[in-house]
Amino acid sequence: MDLLYKIFLDPFVQMGTAPDLLVQTLWEGLVAGVLYALIALGYVLIYKASGVFNFAQGIMVVFAALTLVGVAARLRQWGVGPGDVAAYGALVLTALVMLGLAWGVERLMLRPLVNQPEIILFMATFGLTYFLIGFGELLFGGEPKVMIADDLHLPRGALEFKMLGGFVSLQKIDVAAAVIASIMVAALALFFQKTRIGRALRAVADSHKAALSVGISLEQIWVTVWFAAGIVALATGIMWGARSDVSFALQTLALKALPVLILGGFTSIPGAIVGGVIIGVGEKLGEFYWGPLLGSGIESWLAYVIALVFLLFRPQGLFGEKIIERI
Amino acid sequence: MTAARGAGAREALLSVEGVSLAFGGVKALTDVSFDVRKGEIRAIIGPNGAGKTSMLNVINGFYRPQDGRITFKGRTRSAMRPYEAARGGIARTFQNVALFRGMSALDNIMAGRTLKMHRGFFWQLIRFGPALAEEVEHRRKVEEIIDFLEIPQIRKTPVGRLPYGLQKRVELGRALAMEPDLLLLDEPMAGMNLEEKEDMSRYIIDANNHLGTTIALIEHDMGVVMDLSDRVVVLEYGRKIADGTPDEVKADQKVVAAYLGVPH
Amino acid sequence: MLYREAGQFKTTYGADQSVFPIRQDRIGIALILFAAFVLVPLLASSFALSAVFIPVLVFALAAIGLNLLTGYAGQVSLGTGAFMGVGAYTCYKLTTYFPQVNIIVLILASGLGSAAVGSVFGLPSLRIKGFYLAVATLAAQFFLSWSFVRIPWLYNHNVSGAIEVPTRTMLGVAVTGPNATPLTRYLVVLSIVTLMTWVASNLLRGRIGRTWMAVRDMDIAAELIGIRLYSAKLLAFAVSSFYCGVAGAIMVFLWFGAAEADSFNIDQSFLILFMVIVGGLGSLIGSFFGAIFIWGLPIVLRAAPEFFGLTIRAATVEHLQFMIVGALIIFFLIAEPAGLARLWQIGKQKLRVWPFPY
Repeated sequence: MDLLYKIFLDPFVQMGTAPDLLVQTLWEGLVAGVLYALIALGYVLIYKASGVFNFAQGIMVVFAALTLVGVAARLRQWGVGPGDVAAYGALVLTALVMLGLAWGVERLMLRPLVNQPEIILFMATFGLTYFLIGFGELLFGGEPKVMIADDLHLPRGALEFKMLGGFVSLQKIDVAAAVIASIMVAALALFFQKTRIGRALRAVADSHKAALSVGISLEQIWVTVWFAAGIVALATGIMWGARSDVSFALQTLALKALPVLILGGFTSIPGAIVGGVIIGVGEKLGEFYWGPLLGSGIESWLAYVIALVFLLFRPQGLFGEKIIERI
Repeated sequence: MTAARGAGAREALLSVEGVSLAFGGVKALTDVSFDVRKGEIRAIIGPNGAGKTSMLNVINGFYRPQDGRITFKGRTRSAMRPYEAARGGIARTFQNVALFRGMSALDNIMAGRTLKMHRGFFWQLIRFGPALAEEVEHRRKVEEIIDFLEIPQIRKTPVGRLPYGLQKRVELGRALAMEPDLLLLDEPMAGMNLEEKEDMSRYIIDANNHLGTTIALIEHDMGVVMDLSDRVVVLEYGRKIADGTPDEVKADQKVVAAYLGVPH
Repeated sequence: MLYREAGQFKTTYGADQSVFPIRQDRIGIALILFAAFVLVPLLASSFALSAVFIPVLVFALAAIGLNLLTGYAGQVSLGTGAFMGVGAYTCYKLTTYFPQVNIIVLILASGLGSAAVGSVFGLPSLRIKGFYLAVATLAAQFFLSWSFVRIPWLYNHNVSGAIEVPTRTMLGVAVTGPNATPLTRYLVVLSIVTLMTWVASNLLRGRIGRTWMAVRDMDIAAELIGIRLYSAKLLAFAVSSFYCGVAGAIMVFLWFGAAEADSFNIDQSFLILFMVIVGGLGSLIGSFFGAIFIWGLPIVLRAAPEFFGLTIRAATVEHLQFMIVGALIIFFLIAEPAGLARLWQIGKQKLRVWPFPY
């Protein structure tokens, strides 16, 4: 009886009696969700356009962030201008690096594996992940780095609101992250729907052979989309890194994007945001209000269980297309 | 050959009544009723998009019709699951050859014997003894089918590597391995040359004659349909437009119009 | 020429369906078993036994488990590490409660615990397929990893959170615990792995193996020959988890001698998955190849710089390892997606006509 109260009554009572805490938790969940969504966006881009589930997206986030910090430091070493010039210069250079990475991946991994079943490509991205982990550690070392948030002129500090009988504090960087993420999502969605390249990307996702036969250059498309995913990864890395340091632990965090994808669907750009927010908020609420009941650390699996429950009702995810198998 | 068989009143092994099937707004079948008599070869024909494959899928249990009933071996239901159909004695081949690509031809046909293999999990763990004896017994039966279909030389080949015509034969073998009461064939001759078609026709007739299997087949080749089948049902746009012997159907104006178009 | 089958006729179907129908294969396996049971104990150092042979056998068994589920039955699983953990902790609790029962019996029994848990986490598999199922198994992995830490009963409320293996004997010889010699442990592991590999091969050659492969290749068609998909998939989860559970138990009891929750985390799951990919999905022998390769590669890489007279920092070697493993996985998938097992098969084909390579 007591247990039932603890599960079904107490948390809601807590929510009610301290609404400012509730709002704070909801906000944190939203922010976490937006960041998950950013990672998920990278997955969606690549899956939408090449049918590949890019397991390496997480490590690309880390790699991009590390490259940014490393290049900026090197530029300053070479005496390049005040901090922010070096930072923006590094930003451009890192984008070029991500372009190079996209080109390399296309040339060495995607092209030889064209027409292979999805599962093979999926496993190839495992290989890519390991490779990038080793490569990243080799180049930059394994210790956590500090993101050059100030030099990039990312906002600092917090906005405080008095509401609902207490305080709610929003970190400005979080607000910035939410805004940037929303802009990216909107831009990408428009891109896919309205532009010629976007259409070509969707064609490629549907069928390599058919796309080739109408003259779409698979190679160009893939480089484009992996580059776009690389840019998204860079943005994600900056945002994540600004809130907590850049380290390889981010890579495992990226696995969290998987439940997001399940909810939002693997091919839906707006779905990534919706899925991300649901997971982020669900996770934070669960951890804050039900966590003490079960013990700490439930955020390590809560997102997956939420996704699992959803899957049981809708095996294709919230936004995914229902697969009708034609025999 | 065909006129002597199949004539006369024999009981229906399968009958579909008032079956309607729709996918969203697309009406695949509308109020279709016909029966298949025990021991006969029944052809289902019609132009593309007529709903023939959908009809087989409904009989098989893959699609659940919105309306209508299916009576098989005396039992009437509105729908059944595919494995229930299998257990009930219905076997099936597909237009696009639904073989298990990772396995050899022999294993594919052996897979067809699954329902008849009963040795439990623990015997399977050890294999020596009852499980092995059962394997050998069924292997014997499968080899008979392999001989019947004249494919002994490819039995160990992974089916993914076989040419289309042979794949279709293996698929037929798998269906026959189930020793079904009713065999549903979806375009068994598709993509075959004349010689292959003759072989396939021979197998179908032999299966019907010697094993007593009732057969319902979808086929586009009119020559095959006329030669093989006892009775024919014609579908167009999801509706039945004719039902009778091959000669009757051939002469039916509605059928001619469906295939050739109305002259104007 | 050596490997010719010509002249070997089988007169019964039983003979045709045996594990090694070709005489040369039979000789080959006899030699391997002889080498494993007799030569290795005589010639290998204690270090080699502990650092190479035992780990390879443990991982091969886990790889077989994962292969049964993913390679043969087509159900993608990323929860291997967690299921190994369930086996290990089950064994620990069993031997705590029944210290007098033979440890090997308990090790095999702990597979049952793992099988039970595996079946539960396999329940979603009817509704969910492919990548989605992989994510569901991730739920299993993370949840179980968390519970290994959060349920103190599992590690007998030990303050450090780790479990330490008590000494258990068999026929008067210490088999587990600090007093067990590498040789004893090796022989026990070898026996268990050999037995379980034989059992797996039996399952796979018969009705159940065909059923799983049918489900993997085209589950719609499988339904139509009368296979009940749900039972087939659940059975696959159960048997696979049994194997992983036993592998986990022998990993802790006959190799590490101790364990903590971190030994069964997501990285472990990936490690076994790589072994299965590289070795060959859907191949028993591939599981062994994969284990040897993935376990052996870092060892070779660590020894290589010295061999060539270069000095490289240990950390750098580790980074290079990651890079090489990653690159090799991609390379394998490009060159031979069916893994080392397929290369082995091709090799045997070539041997058939050697030395006449036309």
